[in-house]
Amino acid sequence: MKPPPFTYHRARDVAGATDLVAELGEDAKFLAGGQSLIPMMNFRLARPEHLIDIGRLGELSFVDVGPESLRVGSLSTHRAVETADLGAGFEVVRDTMRWIGHLPIRTKGTVGGSLAHADATAEWCLLAVLLDADIVVAGAGGRRRTIAASEAFLGFYTTVLEEDELIVEVAFGRPAPHAAVTEFAERKGDFALVSAAVDLDVSSGTVSGGRVALGGVGPAVVRVPEAERVLHAGGRAGTDLFETCAQAAAQAVEPPGDDDAGTGYRKALVRNLVVRACEEAVAR
Amino acid sequence: MTFGTATGDGERGAGFRVDGTWVGAPVTRKEDPRLLTGGARFVDDIHLPRMLHAAFVRSTVASGHVTSVDLSRVLEVPGVVAAFTAEDLDLGDITPRLDRPPEEYTETSMPILARDRVRFVGEPVAVVLAEDPYAAEDGIEAADVTYDVTPPVLSEEQALAPEANAVHEQAPGNVLLDVSMFASDGIDDVFAEAPCVVQVHTRTGRQNALPLETRGVVAGWDSRAEQLLVQTCTQVPHQVRTVLAGSLGMAESTVRVLVPDMGGGFGIKCVVGREEIAVAAASIRVRRPVKWIEDRKDALSASFLAREQRYDARAAFDETGRILGLDVDVLCDMGAYSCYPFTVGIEPLMASSEMPGVYRVPAYRVRGRAIATNKAPTAPYRGVSRPQHVMVMERLVERAARELGLDPLEVRRRNLITVFPYTGVNNVTYDPGSYLESLNLCERVIADEGWYETRRAAADQGRVLGIGYSCFNERTGYGSDAFAKRKMQAVPGFDISEIRMDTAGAVVVTTGTMSHGQSHETTMAQIVADKLGLPLDKVKIQQGDTDRVAYGWGSFASRSITIGGTAVALAAGNLGGKLLDLGAHLLETPRDNVELGDEGVRQRDDPARGLSYRDIADVAYLKSHLLPKETEPGLQASASFDGVGDGTFSNASHGVVVELHRDTGRVEILRYVCVEDCGVAINPQVVDGQARGGIAQGIAGALFEKVTYDENGEPSAASFLDYKVPTACEIPDVGMHHIETPCLFTDNGAKGAGEGGTIGAPAAVLNAVNDALRPTGVELNDTPITPQQVFDALTGALEVAP
Ligand SMILES: Cc1cc2nc3c(=O)[nH]c(=O)nc-3n(C[C@H](O)[C@H](O)[C@H](O)COP(=O)(O)OP(=O)(O)OC[C@H]3O[C@@H](n4cnc5c(N)ncnc54)[C@H](O)[C@@H]3O)c2cc1C
Repeated sequence: MKPPPFTYHRARDVAGATDLVAELGEDAKFLAGGQSLIPMMNFRLARPEHLIDIGRLGELSFVDVGPESLRVGSLSTHRAVETADLGAGFEVVRDTMRWIGHLPIRTKGTVGGSLAHADATAEWCLLAVLLDADIVVAGAGGRRRTIAASEAFLGFYTTVLEEDELIVEVAFGRPAPHAAVTEFAERKGDFALVSAAVDLDVSSGTVSGGRVALGGVGPAVVRVPEAERVLHAGGRAGTDLFETCAQAAAQAVEPPGDDDAGTGYRKALVRNLVVRACEEAVAR
Repeated sequence: MTFGTATGDGERGAGFRVDGTWVGAPVTRKEDPRLLTGGARFVDDIHLPRMLHAAFVRSTVASGHVTSVDLSRVLEVPGVVAAFTAEDLDLGDITPRLDRPPEEYTETSMPILARDRVRFVGEPVAVVLAEDPYAAEDGIEAADVTYDVTPPVLSEEQALAPEANAVHEQAPGNVLLDVSMFASDGIDDVFAEAPCVVQVHTRTGRQNALPLETRGVVAGWDSRAEQLLVQTCTQVPHQVRTVLAGSLGMAESTVRVLVPDMGGGFGIKCVVGREEIAVAAASIRVRRPVKWIEDRKDALSASFLAREQRYDARAAFDETGRILGLDVDVLCDMGAYSCYPFTVGIEPLMASSEMPGVYRVPAYRVRGRAIATNKAPTAPYRGVSRPQHVMVMERLVERAARELGLDPLEVRRRNLITVFPYTGVNNVTYDPGSYLESLNLCERVIADEGWYETRRAAADQGRVLGIGYSCFNERTGYGSDAFAKRKMQAVPGFDISEIRMDTAGAVVVTTGTMSHGQSHETTMAQIVADKLGLPLDKVKIQQGDTDRVAYGWGSFASRSITIGGTAVALAAGNLGGKLLDLGAHLLETPRDNVELGDEGVRQRDDPARGLSYRDIADVAYLKSHLLPKETEPGLQASASFDGVGDGTFSNASHGVVVELHRDTGRVEILRYVCVEDCGVAINPQVVDGQARGGIAQGIAGALFEKVTYDENGEPSAASFLDYKVPTACEIPDVGMHHIETPCLFTDNGAKGAGEGGTIGAPAAVLNAVNDALRPTGVELNDTPITPQQVFDALTGALEVAP
């Protein structure tokens, strides 16, 4: 559990980091909090020849709360977000942080690292997809582009990022006052077996629309249009509607099963967690 | 009980009992200041000049013949200094032995490095030495080993199949031990005629004992001492010395095993491992010290595992719930090798002899088998078989209660042993315990806390709560007679202690036991301090050094406080005798007119007249011309102690309240109560810690941990991501209650307290889960119970038990 040899570089600015990675090619990787990359290197599952440490790019570490928006710098740690005042409508982002690993991991792991690593149950991916966030990336030669979260995650640990692209920030464009994330894992701090996220459009007890996203049901985090259609059809915010929505979500997915947690069980978890998320969202 | 605060004795906040004794007081642990402030020294903290780092080339196949080992590219890796195969090192095998006939036991050997055959994924094939651990790992990647792969034997079904491959040639059927130790006459008739017969079929998951500190060693030749110095974290330093010296063909006197601070062992460090020996041999070859620290991946997959067992058990009861007979077939999957000194018999022999436990069982039959499979080998993990067979026994009792429509606690009460000593059908004599009292107290605590009402109220709200109990004993303080019944060729049992008082009146005491977290430096010091009327900081315990400790069997089987603790007490008593002799002589008063007091000897008829130990030591060492002619100078004594008869039985009852979450199948433990009786608790704080830690490991077995393999024998878990050791978040606080039934043969009435927590937890948790599942008709008897199983049971997707 020791990594093979690599060359360590420390980036001084974003341009330096992206230009260097472009120059070094596919054998180079950014190092942020190291909470995913280093374990993979220790198991020799990842063997980058060059590590470009972006840990000192202070300009990427920020939480910017606007009147109707939230921007989080990619180098912000999960813990920084967990303890930040995110303003009205973004409590869900703050409250979701407690589902990520354990406290020591949250004090090191970063938003950008999570999005780039793209675990199928990563909470940041789930939030980004649920809330239609924009992921801002910088590339070599000063290029910048904005990727819609809905298009960012392709499959198992794969994103649309080019090799030279560095995530700069994730931006949430509109508040989600009635959103909630919930999960199930055997142990606290584990990656979720299944996670469910819901954002409801609700006023005076009536639902008129909403968004539903799931983690752990396939190679990447997904939105579930079938369940969202139920919310758009609308109705009184309550068990009947939530259960119909949850049922639609469970029917729409086919999570991979294993000996300890089969597909049927995971679908049942989807159903029950979506109901729970809806209840928590409406109660917010 | 009230406690005072010692002042002026250097102990930070240490309380002694107001009655003046240290034994029984929750004094703060002497070890803690260094452990908590980074001052401890573990194996990995040892850095020696010119030290190299070892890593092992390990088999990538579960079963096969090694066709070639090419290390030439390894030596080209920057930083690599040397690499050795089995042929290069030419070491003797580890061969644990049982004195049993061939039809009962097949002897097998574990080579230090695999030679012609490999028997599990992770088996060491070659050792690579490098300037740092990184280069060592680069080195093992460059090794080229080829195998002629044979189909692996990975389960009991595969092992026992008629055409199964033999894991060891000597055992074509893969059965290494097959014993039928007890078979009461007429037991078949008992079952045929019994009004109630219940069965339990159980499989328990393979587990890893998981000391936080993995295995490790630093070995190197000390040319000044003309000795190989082996610093390693072991529970059994003298046994490591014997096996290591034998394997290397060295005289034992040329090997010194030294044990630094240890971060746990739980049994996997009470057997002799092969990596330590390979590293020692390699260090001699390169004439440099070598360190090996097992990484977590190897600790999870290639060290020693335990607990994978299958029980087919049935019990006969009369209409009133009295046990009439017990008939058990237990089969233990011991993996690829037999462990030294315990052998593959460790689990099946324990289950066979201890299964009846706290109950009066008039007729008993048992067959115990150990099978070999192509998985990492096994060692005695805390509790050894008892967590499993107690669970089976407690399930049998619960099933009978259901069948007969009786209260399961009442069924237990009707069967518990209450008159002591009691000799069971298993030929074991039980010393006094509080089986009934502990169960009654446990039930009362659960009832007084209102859990029965809570369960009822929760049910009305559609929540699913269950309450479960377990009631068990644990044999501790096995002496050599008790161990001899196992027929091991190396028979553990006694312990020897030597004690020396210095010129300042402080003592150093050796023990052959080996604390790997249990705090013997504190508890044994309490015992000695009481014997000699010393403050705690004037007693130093020495352990874990084969040059300083005469001989020892180490720490396992909850033997340390019973046997080692009595040996230190007796040695201190002998020194006390010497001090009294000298004191009387110097005070010029009859021997029966003096007694030991506060750091000195005083006159009974005139307590104001006395001599401090410092005064006596002054004569014994610095003015020896004043000693009586026949008296040897110096102040030292020794003593040995061996367990008596069948040892002494600690006991406990556990009560658990669980909630089953309908939406996820999660089992949440709402309350855990433990009523334990380990006789006199030398240090109640330490006893509580042992129980709590043990319970955590028991819960881990009941609900979380399981080592699994794919169809090629590749272990599925390389890290804690997949091997689900529970965290503090999953383990509840434990309400501790104590009953004290003193042991009659240990010096201070103490019984062992190391393993009980682990033993009682799986049974109590399973019973609670099954209590909660009662309305569904489903019973879960295999461990670990998974959330999916609970979910399926609650939603009707699981078959109802017959
Ligand atoms: C025990 C444990 C439990 C965990 N549990 C969870 C959990 O429940 N949920 C969860 O979401 N995560 C969990 N994690 C992972 C954790 O959240 C990591 O912090 C996160 O996945 C990666 O962030 P990092 O900053 O550590 O990235 P690193 O490990 O440094 O990098 C990860 C990958 O992202 C790339 N990268 C990093 N930063 C950027 C960037 N700005 N732009 C482009 N690429 C970048 C790296 O090159 C690398 O490929 C857990 C980790 C551990 C060790």
